[in-house]
Amino acid sequence: MLAKSTSRTIAATVTSGLMLGFASLTPATVAKSETLINGAGATFPQPLYSRWFSDYRAVDKSVAINYQGVGSSGGIRQLLTGTVDFGASDEPMNAEESAKAKSPVHHIPAAMGAVALSYNLPGNPALKLTPDVIADMFLGKITKWNDARVAETNPGVKLPDVAIMIAYRSDGSGTTAIMTEYLSAVSPAWKTKPGQGKSVKWPTGLGGKGNAGVAGMIKQNPGTLGYVELVYAVSNKLPVAAIKNAAGEFVEPSIAAVTAAAKARTKEIIAADFKLSIVNSPGKGAYPISSMTWLLVPENMPASKSGPFAGFLKWSMGDAAQKTAESLHYAALPKEVRAAALERIGKIKFK
Amino acid sequence: MRSDDVFNLTLRALAVTVIAGFLALTWFLWKSAMPALEATGAAFAWRTEWDPVLGDFGALPFLWGTLVSSLLALMLSAPVSIGAALFLTDIAPRGIRAPIAFLIEMLAAIPSVVYGIWGIFVLAPFVREYVHPLLNGNLGFLPLFDGPPFGLGMLTAAMVLAVMITPTITAVCREVFRSVPDPLREAATGLGATRWEMIRLAVIKTSISGIFGAMILGLGRALGETMAVTMVIGNRPDISISLFKPAATMASVIANEYAEAQGDAHLSALAAIGLVLLLVSSLVNIGARWIIKRTESKTHV
Repeated sequence: MLAKSTSRTIAATVTSGLMLGFASLTPATVAKSETLINGAGATFPQPLYSRWFSDYRAVDKSVAINYQGVGSSGGIRQLLTGTVDFGASDEPMNAEESAKAKSPVHHIPAAMGAVALSYNLPGNPALKLTPDVIADMFLGKITKWNDARVAETNPGVKLPDVAIMIAYRSDGSGTTAIMTEYLSAVSPAWKTKPGQGKSVKWPTGLGGKGNAGVAGMIKQNPGTLGYVELVYAVSNKLPVAAIKNAAGEFVEPSIAAVTAAAKARTKEIIAADFKLSIVNSPGKGAYPISSMTWLLVPENMPASKSGPFAGFLKWSMGDAAQKTAESLHYAALPKEVRAAALERIGKIKFK
Repeated sequence: MRSDDVFNLTLRALAVTVIAGFLALTWFLWKSAMPALEATGAAFAWRTEWDPVLGDFGALPFLWGTLVSSLLALMLSAPVSIGAALFLTDIAPRGIRAPIAFLIEMLAAIPSVVYGIWGIFVLAPFVREYVHPLLNGNLGFLPLFDGPPFGLGMLTAAMVLAVMITPTITAVCREVFRSVPDPLREAATGLGATRWEMIRLAVIKTSISGIFGAMILGLGRALGETMAVTMVIGNRPDISISLFKPAATMASVIANEYAEAQGDAHLSALAAIGLVLLLVSSLVNIGARWIIKRTESKTHV
């Protein structure tokens, strides 16, 4: 009896405590009718999105946007199962994924990035590489740094008689997708096999986990050639190669060169409803291994969320947001693309 | 009496939960792996291709990587662990036994990602600068030591694993040796045995099944280890006899590719790899139990 009454008292105390708790929470959070929007996807733009979402709080206090960097494919899967309100990806959704969507998914470009080729050679001289040499290095056909074809574009550079070791990403990644997309674009041999994807069967080399894993392999092993995100290469001051673009110039990776790559293809980007790859862009000063990254907006987003989210999307196309992107080493979208995207956002017919 | 019933039922329910959890996990893996297994059948286990772009999947390179790296780790770790355990129970002065045992057991508390970082920054350069020139330079004609000097690969992975499983094997062996009754040791010494003979006859011979059990526990940990191995093995699904070539394990490919798997076929193939890993671990455990039982009955006769 005693035990029973005690437990009842405890239960009553806990319940009233909880109610008090709720009562005190209510005015702070719910009363302002804050809209919570959840998203998940690519890790590459995560630093930018986190910054944008927190900056946007100053513009519209009633909207809170959460973002989880689970990877592009993971974001698309969560979007398709309806666990999140929006997704984000470094690659447009493919046919298999689009077919599974319950309503059309609009691709809104957010910013751009690039993949840089980094290496470890004695003294780390500035290197110039042509597309066919890069492809043959990754295919394992050029095996030594002092190969005549490497020397041809690098007069004056002392290339050592050292084996080329390729370092690739072992984890499935949008960075790998862009790199292999470029290799497929410039090399028919690569296009047949291994082809392009987030994980591919690499003809040669070793796999490291993440940008840090690949960069670690490059730093530790003389003769290594690998690819990392431009943001990562810049912030870690890695040596990066200038690559011959489709216009015939050698271009070092930089955010300006990435914007130039998109600018040259503005019309096509708009015609393709933004779902366009910009690797090997023919523009002047364009860096060839560039890519856009997209926010994936489903048409069936609940009305209470779609309005505020469209507001955010429009804001993200503005000068302030794009400047923030540049300060974080992401390339800004060309003006024309932003204007078209702004118009496009207004045209989305949310259900 | 009634409270006993409640206690009894609660324990039963808890035990059933554990079994139900295992069955649910197996069922989930089986269901997710079905599409991949339907495509290739049982051949999935011995196909050597792994091409996510073409959708061509097989488990053999990963099965090879897991088994070879784990067995190699066991070969490196077992003598050290058994020796350390013997030292702690029979040789070391009493005062330092507990502190040394504590230090060895501390190794088990280090997170595996830390082992991975140690592998990349300390062990890999060591293998590249010293182990590779020594083995490849003198014995490079053997396929076993024929390979490039990356510092990352099968041998480095096995060495990291060996360090990781040493505390497990040492701790269990120590308990096994301690359980050998002291009169047995005294009898051996009384018969004129030297210290080595005493250890061999009185301690090791009576502990064979226990030593074996300790090794299997270590092997079990090595088979499933993911993060540290992923960081140092080179992640290349090749089957090679060379210790210096990169490889990939079942756990590492799942960790690498699951998050960004493109398409249902790829996801399903990774689940199938998980199923194979579960099967291998179960077989190792069942086999070990069988062998322990056999050695136990032999030593007691």
